[in-house]
Amino acid sequence: MAENAQVQAGAQPTPEANPQSRWTRTGVALAFGIVLALLSLLAWGLKKAQAGPVDSGLAPDFSLTGFDGRTVTLSELRGQVVIINFWASWCPPCREEAAYLEQTWRKYKDRGVVFIGVDYVDTNKEALAYIQEFDITYINGPDLGTRISQDYNIKGVPETYYVDKKGQLRGVQIGPLKAPELDQKIEELLAEPDPAN
Amino acid sequence: MKRKLLFILAFILAASLLTVMIVNAQDGQPRIPTDDEVNAVAKKLYCPVCPNTPLDVCETQACKDWRAQIRDQLAAGWSEQQIMDYFVQQYGERVLGEPQRSGFTSMVWVLPLIAVLLGIVIVWQVLRSWRLKRAEQISQEISTPNSSDRISKELRALVEKELKEID
Amino acid sequence: MISDIGLVALSIAFLFSVYGTIVSAYGGLRNRPAWVESSRNASLLVFPLLSISVLVVVYNLYVLDLSQAYVADVASRAMSTFLRVTALWGGQQGSILFWAWIMSGFVAIVLLRKWERDRELMPYVIAVSMLTTTFFVGVVVFITNPFARLWHVPGAADLTTAVFQPANAMPYIPEEGQGLNPLLRHFGMIGHPPTTYIGFTGFVIPFAFAMAALIAGKSQEDEWIRTTRRWTLVAWIFLTIGLILGGRWAYDVLGWGGFWGWDPVENAMFMPWLTGTAFLHSVMMTEKRGMLKRWNMVLIILTYALTVFGTFITRTGVISSVHAFSKSALGPAFFVFIGLTFIGSLSLLFYRWDAMKTEHHLESFFSREAAFVLQNMLFLAIAFAVFWGTVFPLLSELFTGTKITVGPPYFQKVTGPLFFALLLLMGIAPLLAWRKQAAHSLGRAMLLPFAASLGITAIWGYSHRMHPASIFGLWLVSFVLMSILTEFWKGVRARMQGRGENLLVALSKLIGRNHRRYGGYVIHLGVVMIALGVIGDAYLKQETQGALTAGQSLTVAGYSLRFEGLKSYPGTDGREVIEADTTLFKNGQAVRRMQPRRDFFIVQEQPVTVPAVYATAGTDIYILLLAWQDDGRSATFKIYINSLINWVWAGGVIMMLGTLIAAWPPRDGQKETTYQLRPQVFGPQPSTGD
Repeated sequence: MAENAQVQAGAQPTPEANPQSRWTRTGVALAFGIVLALLSLLAWGLKKAQAGPVDSGLAPDFSLTGFDGRTVTLSELRGQVVIINFWASWCPPCREEAAYLEQTWRKYKDRGVVFIGVDYVDTNKEALAYIQEFDITYINGPDLGTRISQDYNIKGVPETYYVDKKGQLRGVQIGPLKAPELDQKIEELLAEPDPAN
Repeated sequence: MKRKLLFILAFILAASLLTVMIVNAQDGQPRIPTDDEVNAVAKKLYCPVCPNTPLDVCETQACKDWRAQIRDQLAAGWSEQQIMDYFVQQYGERVLGEPQRSGFTSMVWVLPLIAVLLGIVIVWQVLRSWRLKRAEQISQEISTPNSSDRISKELRALVEKELKEID
Repeated sequence: MISDIGLVALSIAFLFSVYGTIVSAYGGLRNRPAWVESSRNASLLVFPLLSISVLVVVYNLYVLDLSQAYVADVASRAMSTFLRVTALWGGQQGSILFWAWIMSGFVAIVLLRKWERDRELMPYVIAVSMLTTTFFVGVVVFITNPFARLWHVPGAADLTTAVFQPANAMPYIPEEGQGLNPLLRHFGMIGHPPTTYIGFTGFVIPFAFAMAALIAGKSQEDEWIRTTRRWTLVAWIFLTIGLILGGRWAYDVLGWGGFWGWDPVENAMFMPWLTGTAFLHSVMMTEKRGMLKRWNMVLIILTYALTVFGTFITRTGVISSVHAFSKSALGPAFFVFIGLTFIGSLSLLFYRWDAMKTEHHLESFFSREAAFVLQNMLFLAIAFAVFWGTVFPLLSELFTGTKITVGPPYFQKVTGPLFFALLLLMGIAPLLAWRKQAAHSLGRAMLLPFAASLGITAIWGYSHRMHPASIFGLWLVSFVLMSILTEFWKGVRARMQGRGENLLVALSKLIGRNHRRYGGYVIHLGVVMIALGVIGDAYLKQETQGALTAGQSLTVAGYSLRFEGLKSYPGTDGREVIEADTTLFKNGQAVRRMQPRRDFFIVQEQPVTVPAVYATAGTDIYILLLAWQDDGRSATFKIYINSLINWVWAGGVIMMLGTLIAAWPPRDGQKETTYQLRPQVFGPQPSTGD
């Protein structure tokens, strides 16, 4: 008993000839490695959770196939002002702005402005009923696999993104738009010079 | 005789033809799927919007729309797999309650399996090395005969002490 | 005013925590007892100070002082006084204060005990536990302060929340508070957060002792385990109760007939419970045989780390969950804290790794030691599977950009077999002796439970033959039950025959002579009951849904529900109630009138479905009102037959009873038999059964 205590209290095992210590070193490295990997993952997750919607830089590109069959690709719309509106038929605030959006579209559609409606996790039947109810004529399509919504990091619906003639994101409106907010923003972006081709 | 036989044969043929027609007609008629049938499919899916909520219990308007959609699809004769594939295509993989077993996602299934196997191996190794140490210790003790008297006295003392405590 | 007192007390508590942390560490490292005494006094004062703050918050809630932002957030005029007071832990600010308060209370209890035996550990126990307290109190003071007010800053669209008046701002006092989320207005709100927090924070004490042992270089001794044994048990049982209460609460208010959803926040509580249970068992090995010192360190570090990880996920919303608190600036602060905890404890562990080496001797694979090792491995495998499934959606999004859901089907499939293996082990292990169990005597010991369980399963299986998957589970449960009862019976019979005591006396004396062992068996009994409930939930549940007009019935499994009519009325607490009147029939006989309803909370614009439940001995008939036509002519109902679910709640009660027995201190002068702290190594031993 006494011998045991002495061995434990005093000496450290010699490291060289000890195969155990090699395992221990690998174990230590592995343990720290895993902990650091986990911390990095959590840091990334935290940053992502606290980040708001994307509101600057190049607008993420996407292709949308509308309910009526037409397709639109964002990158092909350089030179025009693009308004991207995320909506859903089950979203009451979206209904508040639907009429205003359609009205503004009709006003600006021949002046180099494109409206794109991205339908976020919706059913075809309800979406078509919504479009019919508000007589929407600009292109609307489902966001397949929620890829577009994820790229824009939307936090909910409705959200409206403003893209300028150069394809840069110039801001986002979270929540329904009220007149004359959209008109003002479009006039602002239209007034900018056209990009040299 | 022959005419009777012919008549019977014709009757059987007509009856079976009629039965087949009736059965086919039943299949062709649209039947409204019951709530339970819709829930059986919805149970395997998750609400695409609300976090971690199965589609059959979610109470939001969106979920009601989706369940109505499943009902329409079932009525149109879609199979469960077709409905689930449609949901994945429309709303992404997060709509599945059970992660797929292909691609990167297969890692979620594979790693615990590896962990358990590794665990069994480690337990086996650890126990074995303890057992070997014990065998070593026994052989060491056997090779030093002097200690046996002292040990048995100590052992006896301890056993007596414990017996007293047990009352 | 009153709130200022609360704020001042809070701030002083923070200063004392900082003082306690730094001064105790210094006093310990430089061997200055006077400094350590001083830090002890400062640390003792933190609890009374935080108590003042807590009382002030409760007072503010009680009188509904709406100038306080926190009160305006979680309370409202419509809420009853009782509910208003429990709203102390209803929001982020209050709940962290509550957490810090409980933690400081535990530290105070620990510091008030006699320290002769562990004198060298005290400075570091104070340092580690006060470091944790400093963090939480600091978060309350600087980030989520319950004494902040609402201000209207000119030019800003929204109101600002701040403790001190921003420039040019005017105070804003709302007319009415938001009130607690309606789902939180349930008795579960009284029980679940406090018990959970006590469970979580309780583990700080064993962790602090373990760290102190590592720092002080006393990790090769087991004193810290013996000192903290009861702490661990108490923390563990509170965590267990917290888990069960949470399940009960979800069952009552969420309206999907289940009690466990494998949601990330639920898993966050479950993981430390798993490693904590492994820890509880492995310290028995250390006490009995002096084995597994390093492993115990690893387990307590893991348990505490998972506690901190759990609270991180819950409060920051890193992993999306239905339980998430509203997000705030807590994220980065908590991240730094868990980084520090993980890396710090890991470093200390490896610093003393070699010093903790012990000689391990295993007589035989058929021994309780081997069973404990296997059990620990299983618990850890389950904890890993739960962890992996919880964290994987984050990984998947990082590497592939796809969001996925890892839901109950995954967890059930992966952990199910492991839980079955654990249950089986729980049935066999009491029959195994320490050191060495001869195979034939194990076989003999197992014979009675095994045969009895087969008999029970045959009867049971016949009545449940439409669910063949459940039969294995039912056999397992009955086997473990029989095994535990056999242990009791052996002991009782020995006393009855040996001393002529009658059954009840023998039983109480048996348990009295060995609290820990038989208390442990009672806890296992509770676990078996919970397992039964879980098997019922997994395999034997039935449900049906349908729309009914008045007079129509919905049928499932011999029960049928007839819709009589619909009515609506205003309820308490600011809600509007739609109630359905129905009659439940069993096999044609009317059993009871049931009133499932849907309450709509007007201010929060939130509906809550309130089920009507008919509880029989094991089974609940759980009825929900899902939808209705406004003219009241038809309504949609869902019926769940939750077989065996009440065994879960009963099992929880038995587990509490068992823990009480196990933790009960022995009478003075009576030493607990069979457990010694240090192993006595002699040499070849005759095999001593237990």
